[in-house]
Amino acid sequence: MSEPPLLQVDNLYTHFQTERGLVRAVDGVSFTLDHGVTLGLVGESGCGKTILCRTLMGLLPKSAKISPEARVVFNGHDLRGLDERSLREIRGREVAMIFQDPMTSLNPVMKVGAQIAETLIHHLRMSKNEARDRGIELLRAVGISSPERRIDEFPHQLSGGIRQRVAIAIALACEPKLLIADEPTTALDVTVQAGILDLLQQQQRERHMSMILITHDLGVVAGRTDEIAVMYAGKLVERSSTKALFANTRMPYTQALMESIPHLDQPTHTRLKTISGHPPNLINPPLGCRFAPRCSRADEHCQEAEPSLRSDDGADHTYACWRPVGQPPTRAAAEVS
Amino acid sequence: MSVVAPETTPKEPVLKVEDMVVEFPLDGKRVVHAVSGVSFEIRPGETLGLVGESGCGKSTTARAVMQLPAPKSGKVIMNGVDLAALGREELRRERRHFQMIFQDPISSLNPRRKVADIVAMPLVIMGIGTPEERDARVREVLQAVGLDPDSSLQRRPFQFSGGQCQRISIARALASEPSILICDEPVSALDVSIQAQIINLLQDMKDRYDLSMLLISHDLSVVKLVCDRVAVMYLGRICEMTDSETLYRAPAHPYTAALLSAIPEADPTRPPKLAAMKEGELPSATEPPPGCRFHTRCLRAEAICTEVVPPLVDIAEGHQAACHFAVTD
Ligand SMILES: Nc1ncnc2c1ncn2[C@@H]1O[C@H](COP(=O)(O)OP(=O)(O)O)[C@@H](O)[C@H]1O
Ligand SMILES: Nc1ncnc2c1ncn2[C@@H]1O[C@H](COP(=O)(O)OP(=O)(O)O)[C@@H](O)[C@H]1O
Ligand SMILES: [Mg+2]
Ligand SMILES: [Mg+2]
Repeated sequence: MSEPPLLQVDNLYTHFQTERGLVRAVDGVSFTLDHGVTLGLVGESGCGKTILCRTLMGLLPKSAKISPEARVVFNGHDLRGLDERSLREIRGREVAMIFQDPMTSLNPVMKVGAQIAETLIHHLRMSKNEARDRGIELLRAVGISSPERRIDEFPHQLSGGIRQRVAIAIALACEPKLLIADEPTTALDVTVQAGILDLLQQQQRERHMSMILITHDLGVVAGRTDEIAVMYAGKLVERSSTKALFANTRMPYTQALMESIPHLDQPTHTRLKTISGHPPNLINPPLGCRFAPRCSRADEHCQEAEPSLRSDDGADHTYACWRPVGQPPTRAAAEVS
Repeated sequence: MSVVAPETTPKEPVLKVEDMVVEFPLDGKRVVHAVSGVSFEIRPGETLGLVGESGCGKSTTARAVMQLPAPKSGKVIMNGVDLAALGREELRRERRHFQMIFQDPISSLNPRRKVADIVAMPLVIMGIGTPEERDARVREVLQAVGLDPDSSLQRRPFQFSGGQCQRISIARALASEPSILICDEPVSALDVSIQAQIINLLQDMKDRYDLSMLLISHDLSVVKLVCDRVAVMYLGRICEMTDSETLYRAPAHPYTAALLSAIPEADPTRPPKLAAMKEGELPSATEPPPGCRFHTRCLRAEAICTEVVPPLVDIAEGHQAACHFAVTD
């Protein structure tokens, strides 16, 4: 029998009551994540990536409502059943998160060393001196030169790339089993981006962590993840190994995303393929498949009936589509009717 | 196949920038050397890309071309007119010929104004046309950028998505019939699917209105797709400039090579690579390194690089590089 997954999410809905109506930020998401696996979570902005991960971390604003039947099982614990105190123990110690803007997790008026130490003292009960030594080690591990000096600096004295490295050091301090990285390099230059992504990958391997890497850039996930989940309008629409997703794309949305990015081998002045329109409003999402209004393959059935994630290769490649790419358009629809 | 006869008189550039310098004073005596002697030209119908890491001086270059503010020294010659020699009133009239669009589509539009007024604003300020002529022009450019004039004229920016706001800023920039459009990171704040729509739109507008463009971007794939020629900037200076095809195939400057090496490709069969240069980030523009400004991160640097500024010289027809050890083939 195989090892149970590190994370299992079932039937997760996270909604916000607003003046304009109920925002269905995460709208029926189920997935599992195995030990030591890096999962790329991709999708256009506003599709629910951050809220999904913040739900897993238990870091949501008060206005958020999670469906009562949702289950989030992490390392054998059902997080939905835990009180805030136990959750806080798991958060930071077993699951850690880094953000696009490292200042989200850094305290501007506290020295770098004190911030790392705080985590170590709280979760691992280290003494102040032990925490300082461990902090220096961690800064060195994330590729910061002269860590003995950096540890006494404030975040504003550091560049964006170094700040992100510090945030990673803090996230790794307690050897989490899962690291969630939310667009960790979106605000950084390509030259710095590659270094940060390499660091995350190297740490993930050395520590045999699982990682969720959120991005809207398919170029970033292509070479750095084992598996990919594509999200659209609050739902997962395709899920597979990274190789299969690129080699055998099934969901038209995934294909459209791939085709709309410029590639270096295209000659100058090539016209890009575009996806018409824009992602739906999450207060009133379309009936049926949420991508149907923008999809060139969609027919009436797609507008009316909502497809669920399914597989037709008997393996782990699943997609939510009535008329998937790569097979005669009528077959999938015929199968279910 | 017919051979195109070579033009006897090569067309004059629409924009010629010569040895432009921009500095910002900082606490008393220190100075930010944002742009330190930049020269380039844009020919009619051409799109020039300007690339480089953030903080290298791309936006400052664009703003200095727009005379917002005017550069400390150097020339900006637009359609044969030296902008520095113009008085305020003359400059204001000249502005219709060069317009700019910015990265953040939403904050670059006045939230309290209606689209009709936003797009007409440059015409009003520059005193172009009668009210009727302006209305007609506003409708025309809105249509051209793919917005329905009837349903958008009376609405305000917050009622539009980011991509639509960028269309509105493009319409505003086109209203005065400019010959040059300067685009500062026009798609960086947009999602990939919307980004593709705007990139196509910019190329369509260029063809339709005979525009020349300066396109600033830190995304090298976008630049490769849109630009005829590319200038690579590092810490206030241009380090390489040539046609896009050559630049991407055979970069001569080690910094260009480093930038290209780090582009993430959406292809899981190609392993990601690190930028081919020393660790560390852009040095401070307040105390730029002596000699070649890139030498502190360069894998090819030797003693001469720390002392002697390499000039930007022709290393081949239409290909310039500023490196003591430029790669030539
Ligand atoms: N506090 C909130 N109140 C209401 N709606 C919210 C809140 N936070 C996020 N949303 C909405 O939830 C949706 C998903 O947001 P998010 O997860 O941040 O998207 P992503 O990370 O994919 O860009 C968006 O439509 C967003 O506007
Ligand atoms: N108004 C200003 N005052 C002082 N320094 C500035 C100002 N504008 C830009 N700079 C500095 O000039 C340099 C170039 O900036 P910028 O042109 O914005 O770079 P880029 O657009 O390539 O990211 C940077 O070091 C920046 O901090
Ligand atoms: Mg997000
Ligand atoms: Mg800029």
